[in-house]
Amino acid sequence: MESSEAVYNALKNAGIDFVVSLPCVNLGKVMELVDCDDDIIHVPVTREEEGFGICAGAFFGGKNPAILMQNSGLGNSVNVLASLYELYKIPILMIMSHRGTEGEFMSAQVPMGNATPRVLDALNIAYINPKTPEEALKVIPEAWLLSKTAQAPIGILLEIPFWK
Amino acid sequence: MERIEAIKKITETLEDELVICNIGFPSRELYAVKDSTTHFYMLGSMGMASSIGLGLALSQKRKVVVFDGDGSILMNMGTLVTIFSQNPGNFILVVLDNQCYGSTGSQCTYTTDVDLHKIAKSVGFKNTFVFDEIIDFKQVLDAKGPIFVHMKVKAGNADVPVIDMEPEEIKERFMREIMKI
Repeated sequence: MESSEAVYNALKNAGIDFVVSLPCVNLGKVMELVDCDDDIIHVPVTREEEGFGICAGAFFGGKNPAILMQNSGLGNSVNVLASLYELYKIPILMIMSHRGTEGEFMSAQVPMGNATPRVLDALNIAYINPKTPEEALKVIPEAWLLSKTAQAPIGILLEIPFWK
Repeated sequence: MERIEAIKKITETLEDELVICNIGFPSRELYAVKDSTTHFYMLGSMGMASSIGLGLALSQKRKVVVFDGDGSILMNMGTLVTIFSQNPGNFILVVLDNQCYGSTGSQCTYTTDVDLHKIAKSVGFKNTFVFDEIIDFKQVLDAKGPIFVHMKVKAGNADVPVIDMEPEEIKERFMREIMKI
C-alpha cells in the first residue's frame, strides 16, 4: 500500500470528519485526498496554532478533528496545546510529517526535527511513529480512540523513510 | 462606552447564539454580566477565540458570536483571511477594541494607529459594522455572516471577580448545550 493512501484510509477508518492543514511536501497527496472527500470538512489554515483553535471549536461542535502539518508547526503551537488543549482536556489527532529525520537533505530542518520528540514530551503528548503504511493504517485509528478516551491530543510522527 | 457595558448591551440581544469569549477580563466581565450555558469562557490561549468560533460555526448550524479583543486579533491576524475564505454564514466576530492590552496593565496596541475595520473590509468582509456610543446589535443579528463588528470601547476593566468554574466544567456544560436539540 502507498503511504499517502494508508494515512488517508486510516483517517477514514478512525472516523475523522474535520481536518485542518498546512502543506508539507510529504503531505501533499493526503491533503488532496482529504480535500476531495465530501464527508470531511477541510480547512486550510494560515498557521498551525490557528488550526488547533479551529479544531477545538469543531470538537465542541461534535466533530472528530485532525491536523495535518509539518513538525515545524508543533513549534508554532506550543501555547495553544498547553493552555487550551491540556487545560480543557480536548482531543485531537496530530498527523505530523517529521522532517529533519533520516535522509533529510535540508540542514534547516534538523534543529526542529531533533527538538520535536522532546517538545511533545514536555507537553505530555503521547506519540507513535509508524514505520510502514500497514502500521500507520493500524495504529492511526487506535490512536484517535485513545485520544478521545484520554481527552488529550495524540501525535503521529511520520519520518522521512515512511514516505519513500 | 465601557467594555462591560458593550458586553451587556450585546448579550441582552442574544437568545440561543453560542458565545466564545476572549481570555482575561472580557470573560470575567461577561460572566459577571450574565452567565449562560451558551457561553464558553476561554481562560488561556490568547488569540484563539476567533479560531475556536470559526471551527464551531463550521461544525454545526447555530449562530456563533465571538467576543475578541484588539490585542488578540493582532496576535492571530491570519484568522481574518481564513474566516473570510471559509465564509461561514452563522459567524459574527465582535472585536472589543480598547486600543490596549487591558488585562496586563493597559499597554498600547497598534490599533491606536491602525483601523481594524479597514483591515476587515480590505480582506473582503461584506457585512461589517462599527459601533461607538450606540450599539444596534439586532441589525448585526439580521445580517448574513461572516460579519465583522468593530466595537470601540474605553480602556479599563470592571471590578469583577474571577470565574469560579473549572475549565472542564466550562467545556462540558458548553458541549451539553450544543448537543441538546
